[in-house]
Amino acid sequence: MLYVLKRLLKYGLGTLPRKTLLKTPETPAPYTSEEAAPIAHLGQMDDAEAEELRRLRRELPERIRKAFGRSLHIRHLDAGSSNACEWELTALLNPVYDVQRFGIDFVASPRHADMLVVTGGVTRNLEAAVRSTYEATPDPKLVVAIGDDACGTGLIGPTYAHYGAVDRIIPVDVYVPGNPPTPVAILQGILKAVEKRKG
Amino acid sequence: MNIAIETLRADRRRLAEAGESLGSRHRLLAMVASDEKELGADRFVLRYFFSAGDGKVLALETTVPESDPEYASLTALFPAASWSEREACDLFGVRPAGHPDPRRLVLHDDFTDGVYPLRKDFRGDRVEPRVPRREFPFPKVEGDGVFEIPVGPIHAGIIEPGHFRFQVMGDTVLHLEAKLFYTHRGLEKRAEGMGVEEGVRLAEQICGVCAVSHALSYSQAVEDIGGVEVPERALYLRSLFAELERLYNHVGDIANICAGVGFAYGSNHGARWKEALMRLNARVAGHRYLRGTVVPGGVARDVTDGQLGDIVRTVVEVRDNIQQIVHDALGNPVAHDRFKKTGILWKDIAVKLGAVGPAARASKIDMDARRDFPHAAYPHLRFEVPVLEDGDVLARFVIRALEAKQSADMIRQIAANLPGGDIRIPVGELPAYRYGLGITESARGENVHFVMTGPNNTICRYRVRSASYANWPVLPYCVPGNIVPDFPLINKSFELCYSCCDR
Repeated sequence: MLYVLKRLLKYGLGTLPRKTLLKTPETPAPYTSEEAAPIAHLGQMDDAEAEELRRLRRELPERIRKAFGRSLHIRHLDAGSSNACEWELTALLNPVYDVQRFGIDFVASPRHADMLVVTGGVTRNLEAAVRSTYEATPDPKLVVAIGDDACGTGLIGPTYAHYGAVDRIIPVDVYVPGNPPTPVAILQGILKAVEKRKG
Repeated sequence: MNIAIETLRADRRRLAEAGESLGSRHRLLAMVASDEKELGADRFVLRYFFSAGDGKVLALETTVPESDPEYASLTALFPAASWSEREACDLFGVRPAGHPDPRRLVLHDDFTDGVYPLRKDFRGDRVEPRVPRREFPFPKVEGDGVFEIPVGPIHAGIIEPGHFRFQVMGDTVLHLEAKLFYTHRGLEKRAEGMGVEEGVRLAEQICGVCAVSHALSYSQAVEDIGGVEVPERALYLRSLFAELERLYNHVGDIANICAGVGFAYGSNHGARWKEALMRLNARVAGHRYLRGTVVPGGVARDVTDGQLGDIVRTVVEVRDNIQQIVHDALGNPVAHDRFKKTGILWKDIAVKLGAVGPAARASKIDMDARRDFPHAAYPHLRFEVPVLEDGDVLARFVIRALEAKQSADMIRQIAANLPGGDIRIPVGELPAYRYGLGITESARGENVHFVMTGPNNTICRYRVRSASYANWPVLPYCVPGNIVPDFPLINKSFELCYSCCDR
């Protein structure tokens, strides 16, 4: 502790704030079981996006329950992306989107997954890993391609080291274009894939 | 920005002697190989760029003929050159004689021998058939009770791919070897023949979370070639976007380091404030990752006074909250214990291998491209370069907190002093076969871009030495002696991009 204080004094994080600066979000209004739970921290979302997130909140858990009878387990697979799609997927788990309340979870192994979300356009050096991840995912499985490069519409396209589209290597169910797509767009893609499974 | 480059030519067999004469004041920035047959050179030109202090750059240049593509390696003198020389060997087939580690780097083991994709006679979209995979020679530690843990390339979390081999005794790591370049997309080849104005879009694709820095490095390299004078307002806006990028990265990294020790309060609140910054980016620049902001000749997006107010309000709120999170994390005995003395990067290793950015500054190296290679509006902004001594996870955590505060202050200065005027001027006709350098400081450290023009405003050769490319080689030196569960924490404290490194 002394060490920390010495560091702080020497390098000046400034005067440490005495009062707690974190503001607690406003207490949400109570809701009945028929209504969707309100979404926390909506302050900086525009109305259309907030409304869309509310719709997803209403529909996704229901669809997931109908299609899977339980929650949806997703395995992320980086096939050579630019790291932006990864951070948007990570953002789905932050307190703003918090998709775990939709019944969605990201799992550590393809063997536990119902769905693969693939980012990037499959590099030559990852082709074998992409194939074996796909094979390790139990049937029936869903594949969602995230981002322009994964969808085959990216700027990079085919090179000696890059195939330029996920569906050149493994079958894809739903394409989510974007550079990168926003977290809400990714959720819409996941919903589309879940609906496809039901049909 | 115009970088003064002094050129020193040397015979390819006497390269090491020329390197010896440079002395220790020179730091290797980047090594660039290029195929210049169409210029009449005896095929390959190698350029080693050194920082010579005071914002000057020294270029050590040599030519390598096609008939005998071998030259004297500089790696023994400047270990920072190791990866660049291996990469040039993979992609151009120029062999560094005397290189201590001549294994493949960028191309993996199933790529045909004797085929070099960055040579000009290799067509960009040609797909090489695979040759039977050979075993990649990983060094092994052997003995009673020594085990090997292979990890990756596909990891358990939502992160990028890379392969690691841990040699362990119990929980303690004895040796770590990383095999990377799984996300190598061939961007440098893809850039060849593209228009210089279009090339900036490709530069943004190198990495999602360093998009501004890469676009800025690229644009500065292009402007360097054409002697383009960027309008003052654009210079300020470039600094604004670059600092917004640094801030969201540092806030995200602070949250991730907290996640690395299971300090859920810090990771969740950090993630929440990072999201606030991403939303700010979307409001101000129309893109959560600020892509499409910086272009050669200026910037493509202006900001209104109303947006400036929004930026300052949000940034100050985030700054105060992050300070609180850092304060609480450092006061938490579990988090603090796991940070301290974990993953130490010793200064001499950092210097020799050419570490950059927050990782170098946390190991007592006083460097920052914003100060050392003045660009954008940084010469007009007041800021300090924090330097810490210990080189452990704690130092890398604290340095991000200090830099985040500096970034917030710089953004306020920019908002208060933003000059009027144009935001972009045309780049115009660029002379063919000239090269330029662009050096900027991303959230991960110094990004060096080399652009050489071809005829009709196209790109002839593009080479990117990203901060992650410079820092990846030091990471395996920080892990031995630590326990396996601390590796994710050490990795997060460096926060290196794979896509930046692999391109």
